[in-house]
Amino acid sequence: MCQGSVQVRLIDVALKNLWRRKGRMMLLVIGLAIGVATAVALMAITQAMQADVAVKMDEFGANIVVVPKANDLALSYGGITVASAAYDVASLTMADVERIGSIKNAANISVVAPKLLGAVSLGGRQVLMAGVRFADELRLKRWWSVEQGMQPTEPEDALVGARLAQGLSVQPGDEVDINGRRFRIAGVLAENGSQDDDILFVDLSEAQQALGSPDAVSLVEVAALCTACPIEDIVEQIGQVLPQARVTALRQAVALRMETVGQLERFAAATSVVVIIIGALVVLTTMLGAVAERRQEIGLFRALGFRQRHVAGVILGEAALLSLAGGMLGWLAGMGSAVLAAPRLANVSAPVPWNPVIGLLAVACALAVGLSASLYPAMQATRVDPTVALRSL
Amino acid sequence: MIELHRVSKVYNSAGAPVVALREVNLKIAEGEFVALMGPSGSGKSTLLTVVGGMNSPTSGRVLVDGIDVYSLSTEQQADFRHEYIGFVFQQLQLLPYLTALENVLLAMAIAPIPRSEKMARAYQVLARVGLSGKERRLPSQLSGGEQGRVAVARALVNHPPILLADEPTGSLDRATGAQVLSLLRDLNRAGQTVVMVTHDPQAAAFAGRVVNILDGQIVEEGVATQASEPVRAALSAALR
Repeated sequence: MCQGSVQVRLIDVALKNLWRRKGRMMLLVIGLAIGVATAVALMAITQAMQADVAVKMDEFGANIVVVPKANDLALSYGGITVASAAYDVASLTMADVERIGSIKNAANISVVAPKLLGAVSLGGRQVLMAGVRFADELRLKRWWSVEQGMQPTEPEDALVGARLAQGLSVQPGDEVDINGRRFRIAGVLAENGSQDDDILFVDLSEAQQALGSPDAVSLVEVAALCTACPIEDIVEQIGQVLPQARVTALRQAVALRMETVGQLERFAAATSVVVIIIGALVVLTTMLGAVAERRQEIGLFRALGFRQRHVAGVILGEAALLSLAGGMLGWLAGMGSAVLAAPRLANVSAPVPWNPVIGLLAVACALAVGLSASLYPAMQATRVDPTVALRSL
Repeated sequence: MIELHRVSKVYNSAGAPVVALREVNLKIAEGEFVALMGPSGSGKSTLLTVVGGMNSPTSGRVLVDGIDVYSLSTEQQADFRHEYIGFVFQQLQLLPYLTALENVLLAMAIAPIPRSEKMARAYQVLARVGLSGKERRLPSQLSGGEQGRVAVARALVNHPPILLADEPTGSLDRATGAQVLSLLRDLNRAGQTVVMVTHDPQAAAFAGRVVNILDGQIVEEGVATQASEPVRAALSAALR
């Protein structure tokens, strides 16, 4: 007697029936998979866009500027103006700069770049000089490119903007005298169309000495990564530790993009709900049709002594198997679509993350939708009278 | 074993009541082979389903092994069918996507017995109905008579005290029908209680007792092929 691996449990009945009706059931799986794929793709693209915003925020540099309150000056830089070399605008100190690092959301701050600005006389003309901490400045302004020469390595090294270098006819290696202190031009910045093209950048401490304002700071540029926290919170926190300063958030394109991501998130959620409802209706109608077609078979189950919960188990078991397949297929298709569509449709450069949580969510969601949409058909099945099995086909 | 007390069944067909059974009283002892005979619409199939715990009567009581079947809840009635009744349907109702063995195992799908025992029982009962070696065949790969045997095997596998058969030869030719009837008779001779619905006197001849039903009432009971002349005339008239 060869018994092999034959088994007939409720799940085997469900499996064999699904296999028998594989064409129609495949349509159901595809219907469910389309719903899941849409939701997964939108979710993955939104996530990628958020990651992209974080990267772009980094690239955009400062998104918060801290300046002293009430200055009325003529030459300007980043929201602050200076009138002339004789007028010193610094009213912030290095201690203030340190305080920025003590706020509650300090972990979200990536760069704090203090600056001292002053108009100085150079080669017979007035020049705007900015004292900076080069390490922070270079992290903040990733678009900076030293076209000639090299990055500063010594305290007396200076970087000069492209237009200013041209106007002063200076080049790397030249030395300049500013208020009796000698600086060496280490490099010339590539022209980038900003005010930086007309500025002489020197070390902050050296600038403080040259301008006769030790410990003074004109403004502080802050780069904060705020995909997870509202930038207004950080602005408020800096304002609290520096009450004498004016703290301004630079919204610009990043903020607009964040807004776009927010809108897309809402759109994705609404679209996903609609598509999943359609998927649920596909499951409902298909399962209702299957139950109607199988009334005799279900009547036979009841005549054989299957309890109502056994019959419901067969129907829901089938729904669960189909939903699992739909969920997994939908996840793969959704992620695939997101990977292909994100760079083209959403202009996202960050890679779409293969998040296993989304996969689990997709399968769980498909299971929940499939099972809940099959509850009514399963209930209908439990009501089939066993005498139906007696009727002729 | 089986007792029916003043059992009536009225169907509501499109608002008009149709009386299928009228005050039927019937007793069937353990080990009997009873044929319920009558023309189409006489109520014999309804009587069979009422006995089988599948069709609640409008009035009256059905006792099987002392159990008042229709005082049980719906789920308890399912348990009753599982434990007490083996059913052979007119259309056999074999699931086309299951093999002969799987069709038999289906009847035990919800039974709390080990898989090995289920397998042993299924093979044993298929051997008993003469289908050894054909266990892995689909119904479509079996002859009509063999399909009938699978249906009987499925009905027997849970060792039910009562075997109910609704026109078991109705979908078979005479020769294969005779095979199935012989099988039922052999089972009865081995002690199995069998109640069979038929309108075929030759099929009824296999039974030990024939109960003639007309218009929902038992008109006569007796030994097979011995229906009295008036009853035979009434049956003939009904069949015309």
